[in-house]
Amino acid sequence: MFGMEFYVDPSRCIGCQSCLKACEECDTHRGVSMINFDFIDREQTIATAAYVCWHCADPTCAQVCPADAIKKYEDGIVGSSLKPRCIGCSNCVLACPFGIPKLVPQYEQMMKCDMCYDRTSVGKRPMCATVCPSQALAYVTPETIAQTRREKPVNTFWFGNQKITTKVYMMAPAEAGEIAIDVADYVWEEERELVPQAF
Amino acid sequence: MAKAPALEELRVHYGPHLNYTPPGGWVGEKTTPEKLVKTHCCFCGQQCGIQLKVRDNRVIGFEPWEDFPFNRGMLCPKGVKRYLQGSHPDRLLDPLMRTADGFRQATWDEALDFTVRRLREIQEKYGRDAVAVYGGASLTTEKAYLLGKFARVALGTRHIDYNGRLCMVSAGTAYKGAFGVDRAPNPWSDIAAAEVLLTIGANIGECAPITTDYIWRARDKGARLIVADPRFTPIARNADLYLPVRPGTDLALLMAMLHVIIRDGLTDGTFIEAHTTGFEKTAESVAPWTPRRAAEVSGVAPDAIEKAAHWIGESRRAMMLHARGLEHQSKGAENCEAVIAIALATGNIGREGAGPVMVTGQGNGQGGREHGQKCDQLPGQRSLTDPAARRHVASVWGISPDDLPGPGYTAVEIMNAIHSGEIKALLSICFNPLVSLPDANFTREALEKLEFFGVIDFFLSETAAHADVVLAGSLQEEEEGVTANVEARVIHIQKAVDPPGKARRDSEIVCDLARRLGRGDYFPFHEPREIFEELRRASQGGHADYYGITYEKIDRLQGVFWPCPTLEHPGTPRLFEDGRFFHEDGKAHFMSLAWRDSGDPVDQKFPVYLTTGRVVSQYLSGTQTRRIGALVDQYPEPKVEIHPRLAAEHGIANGDWVTVTSRRAEITLQAALVRTIRPDTVFIPYHWPGGRSANRLTHRTLDPRSKIPEFKVSACRLRKAAKPEDRD
Repeated sequence: MFGMEFYVDPSRCIGCQSCLKACEECDTHRGVSMINFDFIDREQTIATAAYVCWHCADPTCAQVCPADAIKKYEDGIVGSSLKPRCIGCSNCVLACPFGIPKLVPQYEQMMKCDMCYDRTSVGKRPMCATVCPSQALAYVTPETIAQTRREKPVNTFWFGNQKITTKVYMMAPAEAGEIAIDVADYVWEEERELVPQAF
Repeated sequence: MAKAPALEELRVHYGPHLNYTPPGGWVGEKTTPEKLVKTHCCFCGQQCGIQLKVRDNRVIGFEPWEDFPFNRGMLCPKGVKRYLQGSHPDRLLDPLMRTADGFRQATWDEALDFTVRRLREIQEKYGRDAVAVYGGASLTTEKAYLLGKFARVALGTRHIDYNGRLCMVSAGTAYKGAFGVDRAPNPWSDIAAAEVLLTIGANIGECAPITTDYIWRARDKGARLIVADPRFTPIARNADLYLPVRPGTDLALLMAMLHVIIRDGLTDGTFIEAHTTGFEKTAESVAPWTPRRAAEVSGVAPDAIEKAAHWIGESRRAMMLHARGLEHQSKGAENCEAVIAIALATGNIGREGAGPVMVTGQGNGQGGREHGQKCDQLPGQRSLTDPAARRHVASVWGISPDDLPGPGYTAVEIMNAIHSGEIKALLSICFNPLVSLPDANFTREALEKLEFFGVIDFFLSETAAHADVVLAGSLQEEEEGVTANVEARVIHIQKAVDPPGKARRDSEIVCDLARRLGRGDYFPFHEPREIFEELRRASQGGHADYYGITYEKIDRLQGVFWPCPTLEHPGTPRLFEDGRFFHEDGKAHFMSLAWRDSGDPVDQKFPVYLTTGRVVSQYLSGTQTRRIGALVDQYPEPKVEIHPRLAAEHGIANGDWVTVTSRRAEITLQAALVRTIRPDTVFIPYHWPGGRSANRLTHRTLDPRSKIPEFKVSACRLRKAAKPEDRD
């Protein structure tokens, strides 16, 4: 849908798994859910996280695909694997830094979130973001996010020395810059770009 | 009836089986709908707008309804998967009659005639009140209204009550006492406009999921969130203040908050003076409740009590959301009155973003309690003991007020009277008491004593297995009608499909029974619309006045908030804006508050608190949701939530089997070790039957006024156990 972007805010997630159930109702892949959902550590916390494919600007999954089965479209959406091409090798499953692609045994094919291409291409919102009761998954304009949320959208992530820019945004504390998950990203070792720290 | 047939035999025919796949399959040409029907989810009082995809008279899927203002397309997993019930293999397609070892299909004439004959025989032998009727708050308002009229006009019994007795009656008693009307005073949009939100005994994230968005929107604008609950529920993770209240002690916490508000001069004297009565007595009753004393009772730190009181007292836009955690107590009504007292004392009512609201639980929890299936109530929220109300309703019904029975027993009292032999026959719809009433073994004994038990249902519930006759009824989407959602917005339930097989619409079944009882003249209805027209007149002039509401007006305005006294009236989203309340004196009434202990106190033999509740993927007694595969997979079996510290005292590890014993019974479940619960409390969700039923453990103590059972506070003990033989 024109002007809309996808925002993920795990701090809003209530763990209801509505996204997971709704995803499999989407017409392009009915019966198979593409949502990644985790209880972080149920014994310690009620924190949960639901997320979709991040749709990387330079998608690692496509880079490592030996069959050229993963395409990035003009609008920045990275498609699920193309059925005639995918050989089910799992390279993408192993390479994706976010752990998104899944090999679906019943189809012998990698499947992942394609941002509800059948819906978004005709002006509808993706199924998950439409139903999400906490709007932890939201598909709205950047203006709406700027006006309504305390957190700030971030779409630059660091994995080791790999810097990734994505189409989907993570909502982060207002003072946060880019998001890194590895202490190594903050350690000075040699002349290279480090994660800018806001704290 | 005698005992239920062997469960294994019943399961083969009637389930619960798990339905995963939409009718017509996941893919292929049969997945294209013929039409989209704009209606509402059947699960829970939020009543989210949803569009059902229909093909070949079957609901085959859903599409979000983004234009409906309450939920704007949002749905919880129950809403997403609700469409899998209609064509479920367990659906009852014919009436059933009991045989020696099970059930057999019957014709409608046979089943209805038998039902009427037995009801008549029992009434002739033991008197009219030997027959009781159970209704439910998932019924449309038309069905609820019809059932109240059926009990009083066709059967002439005074005993009709409904499963809302397990849900909204504590709040209803308190709001009626304080404001003169039983309704959440604010529309939900007010939540997003509040500066301070207190949720107490309300697991919003799991039991009213889409309300989460309203709360998060308020937080986005800087609102502070206070969560009071024995469990760190999903919304508590974003709380600015979490109050870990011990089960059954909310009243102490609330009284201390009011104590601080009064002590520190945070009251709104002008509002209290102009619009309320009874403040002094309430102030007196909380005077001894210092934060320190309340801390000792409730386990909430004195500083935290002070802070919560100040946040609310210093705000002109404070809202308090409460639900069953507060209300399922033997002092449930007082608990709600304490919340109301805080709102009134601080003048937080009748304005945008200010007010106490109850979070209605069941699908038509609001509408289902307004028009006469409560034991003491007539349509329009009228009192059955008010002579003027009796005259009005009797005239609409075309009977003499003298022929209108008086108030009867409440739901649990009806089961008690069945157990004691006073009530001999029961006709039940939309109620699964064997799972949902407390002390399930007692309920089973009672059901086994019935001389006649008739059930109207679409699945063979655990309770229906005890019936002599099961009349195959309809799902919500199989009959037009209205419901009122959590904010008293009356909405339109569209008929999407006809009932499958020989199943009939519920209202058709009730009217047919009335005809066969010789009272057909009073039940000339062919369509729900005709029932609604009569209901409009019956409610006219009452507090829940529906006279100005029509199906077309609902569609045009996307819901109409009652009261709506005339066709020109726009409806009333927010009550009390003019400072007038519904009592004759126009004032809100403070209630004096008094502490008392739970009806099932912890002691040395039963040292642990047991509290019960829901999980997000199941609804009420599970009759519907335990049949939907995707929902069952999400939370397949009840687990007992135990804090690691309490578990360590018993040598229990995560996943171990644990026997939980109360003064009534014991059940054995797997442990889920979580740090998100008080270490003196365990939690078990209640959606399951038999050996997995939390309600085998709970007790039948009632709130003396609301008659709600104390589901949220029982005493129990734990011991590590072996895996029971009956589990997979």
